[in-house]
Amino acid sequence: MATVQEHLQSLMGNRVVETSGSSLTRETWNRLRHNRIALVGLGVIVFFVLIAIFAPWLAPHDPRATTWFDQIRPSSVPGPSREHLLGLDESGRDMLSRILYGARASLIIGIVSLGIGASIGAAFGLLAGAFGGWVDSVIMRITDVMLAVPGLLLALSIAAVLGQSQVAVMVAVAVPNIPLFARLLRSSMLAERQKDYVNAATSVGLGRRPLVMSHIVPNSLGPMIVQGTLALATAVIDAAALSFLGLGSADPGVPEWGRMLANAQRYLNVAPHLSIIPGVVIFITVLGFNLFGEALREALDPKLRR
Amino acid sequence: MLKFIIRRLLLLIPILLGLSFLLFFWVRALPGGPATALLGERATPERVAQVNALYGFDKPVLEQYVKYLGRIARLEFGQSITLRKDVTDELFRRFPATIELAVAAMTFAICVGVPLGFAAAKRERSWVDNTAVIASLAGVSIPVFFLAQILKWIFALKLNWFPTIGRLQPTRELEHVTNFNIIDSVIAMDMGALGDTLKHLVLPGIALGTIPLAIIARITRASVLEVLNEDYVRTARAKGMSRSVIDRRHVLRNALLPIVTVVGLQTGLLLSGAVLTETVFAWGGIGQLISGAVLDKDYPIIQGGVLFLAVVFVLVNLTVDVLYAVIDPRIRVH
Amino acid sequence: MSKVDNSTEPLLAVTDLKVTFNTRGTTPVRAVDGVSFSVRAGETLGVVGESGSGKSVTSLAILGLLPERGVQVEGSITFDGAELLTSSEREMQAVRGRRVAMVFQDPMSSLNPVLTIGRQLTEVLRRHHVCHKAEAPGRAAALLDRVGIPEARRRLDNYPHQLSGGMRQRVMIAMALACEPAVLIADEPTTALDVTIQAQVLELLRELVAQSNTALILITHDLGVVAGMCDRVHVMYSGRIVESGERHPLFAQPRHHYTRGLLASVPRLDLVGGKLTPISGSPRDVIDWADGCAFAPRCPAVTESCLGTPPALEPLDDTFVRCVNPAPLGQSMWKAD
Repeated sequence: MATVQEHLQSLMGNRVVETSGSSLTRETWNRLRHNRIALVGLGVIVFFVLIAIFAPWLAPHDPRATTWFDQIRPSSVPGPSREHLLGLDESGRDMLSRILYGARASLIIGIVSLGIGASIGAAFGLLAGAFGGWVDSVIMRITDVMLAVPGLLLALSIAAVLGQSQVAVMVAVAVPNIPLFARLLRSSMLAERQKDYVNAATSVGLGRRPLVMSHIVPNSLGPMIVQGTLALATAVIDAAALSFLGLGSADPGVPEWGRMLANAQRYLNVAPHLSIIPGVVIFITVLGFNLFGEALREALDPKLRR
Repeated sequence: MLKFIIRRLLLLIPILLGLSFLLFFWVRALPGGPATALLGERATPERVAQVNALYGFDKPVLEQYVKYLGRIARLEFGQSITLRKDVTDELFRRFPATIELAVAAMTFAICVGVPLGFAAAKRERSWVDNTAVIASLAGVSIPVFFLAQILKWIFALKLNWFPTIGRLQPTRELEHVTNFNIIDSVIAMDMGALGDTLKHLVLPGIALGTIPLAIIARITRASVLEVLNEDYVRTARAKGMSRSVIDRRHVLRNALLPIVTVVGLQTGLLLSGAVLTETVFAWGGIGQLISGAVLDKDYPIIQGGVLFLAVVFVLVNLTVDVLYAVIDPRIRVH
Repeated sequence: MSKVDNSTEPLLAVTDLKVTFNTRGTTPVRAVDGVSFSVRAGETLGVVGESGSGKSVTSLAILGLLPERGVQVEGSITFDGAELLTSSEREMQAVRGRRVAMVFQDPMSSLNPVLTIGRQLTEVLRRHHVCHKAEAPGRAAALLDRVGIPEARRRLDNYPHQLSGGMRQRVMIAMALACEPAVLIADEPTTALDVTIQAQVLELLRELVAQSNTALILITHDLGVVAGMCDRVHVMYSGRIVESGERHPLFAQPRHHYTRGLLASVPRLDLVGGKLTPISGSPRDVIDWADGCAFAPRCPAVTESCLGTPPALEPLDDTFVRCVNPAPLGQSMWKAD
């Protein structure tokens, strides 16, 4: 009998055995590592962050210096050349330097506004999800009203009253994120609450606060991180849109990608590079965030298999 | 069914009230107070005091709010600071332009997006599918004002296939009955005007509609993929139904639900994108109005314009809710 | 009992069917590993097995309902002289629903939620040109009546979510029998239903196939269902048939240890103080048929000769058994402890 059992064991060992579940983060990281799209997106993000941080060292010239204004004519703005790798803008400034410093502005505005919006939103969502009842109803009505105004328009109205500054843009872009994150966290929490482990924990006497903070919230973090990445992409675009419309820094010399596109409008026919360069830069940056965010979403979703 | 619609309409009221509340306090956030909102930032203190007394800005807040609600209900948004015209008049004069553009963009987005998503879903994992996914991710990453500029540069300025700005050639005469150029051309039986109108709609429509198209294509693909795996599709196959019937009657009708929801939500993007697109193409709608008002600090217009567009958005979502109930009989129970 | 004429040719014959699933990144899975059986007109055949035994995949293969990509099907399935595995999609569409029909397990998810019951019925009637467009609703109502749904006419305008589980399954049966097929395949038709409803639906199936002399292939994991309804039974394990025979001999004296295990694990009221005797191990404790008997890890009577080469399906007294060490005759299942 013993030999039969041993024989069986060896045969069964031949079969492919699935690795037992590692933690969610490790599993997600594994999936991401092998996803080429995720890596491309991450690469773009890292590149963007690096040039934003090191702009002062990378930029060949002062982005506000209009030193080369004498080269500008009404019907000609110099494009890329050896001296100016990305050409000049319509006021005689070096495009490359402006793009690099503009990355700084976009990064800072994006991160700060997302941070503010996501924190406030998550706080509201936490309250709504944890307390339920009338607290939940009130918060939901407020988010309903905020969501009734399309995102950019909401940001626009707020930036308009706050005045002409980059801080105003930061606050303005933060606001549409509030209802989004509030809803997200709340619905994640509600979904988790339905799950059996919550009933089990409550039945052994676990109080509300530890239940929420140590169990429910960590499980709700996944979708929030995905949303955060995608919201950062939107924040960069919205900030650019607001500066395109004329909001943002009061000083016209400050390099902002959106403002550069606005100025390019008049010269579209003669100097398309004024539009193409900042536009493509915004596109690639945002694409990086979107690619990574989507890959992250796929990696975190256990059901999804492409 | 009717009860459903009425219930949904009633839900609108708190939202509209909330919106008015938001905007009421919005103008009071201005450094100079609400008088600045009406007069502009260069107002002298005397004028401000005058306006304060006139409009009762020095009265208790609650009284002001009630009066404000009354004015909003009567669609009185005040006077534009820069244009010296009545805001409400301007809004109504210009909204057909924006609606026409928005409808054109959404039509483009749906007519291209849904079939694209459907085809990608049916050929899952093929090169068609992979390209579609990447393309739609790229589509949502491009800023609409940049896309508008690029399209204008390539197709209007360089290739001269389409006009660069405006809704009609300036030399063309068209009797403005509804201010919807398409309708007016048909009424006047002016085929030339119709053609010209459509030509002017192409570039801004494509620019504005591309982002919604990308999202609609993705949602269609995801929705169809999910439906294709449903048991009832297998039942339909087991009954011997043909592929095309299954696609139409069983797959599409069930896949439509999330698509319709997304179309409703995308309208918001469309309306805010209109502000940017209209600026690039000098379209003459509410979008361009708002964009100009931002630069000029013309608060009555910003307030009126944003409120107007928000209400349109809310109404569209209401329609989507109703449509949802029409498509899915299970919703009607709630 | 239905009238089975043993002298006629089988209506549907499955010969050495093999189905392999190839998913990217994992090893191929042989869900069905050389299965053969046949069914005659009027006969009720039971296919028994746990989940993972391959019984459902077999039924899907018969109607060509397996996914196109990533699935490899080998062997032969003949129906009324035609080879189904090499038929075109168009030819299969003419067979499905019309000559061979299927009832699925979960009636809630198997019915289209946005179409009325009537529509889903008339659709199949008109597809196979059973009647004119104008007659279709009447026919549909008659079908609903026949499966025991009261107020048939009114029900035509109902949606699936407005019906109870038992009624939905009756609708599924009505849809399957609408065009009077020669063979009906029922894949776990009562598993998703309440116990009290299960008996009703099974009784309905039995009546209907008896009335129209339809061949029925009943796929289930529930032995009680099989015992009440089937003329012949095939027991499947890990993709192969391990025992098959006529109802009485198989239930009275099962020879394969898996079959015995299945029967023994049914709780019984007439054995006082008896313990539950489940089959040891779990379906995951299995070895490849290439390495021997797949049931060996769980078999109480396993010997060295069970390993190394796969056992073949051999006739043994009244049944066919795939076992080198089958239970001897005389070891009845039904002795009280």
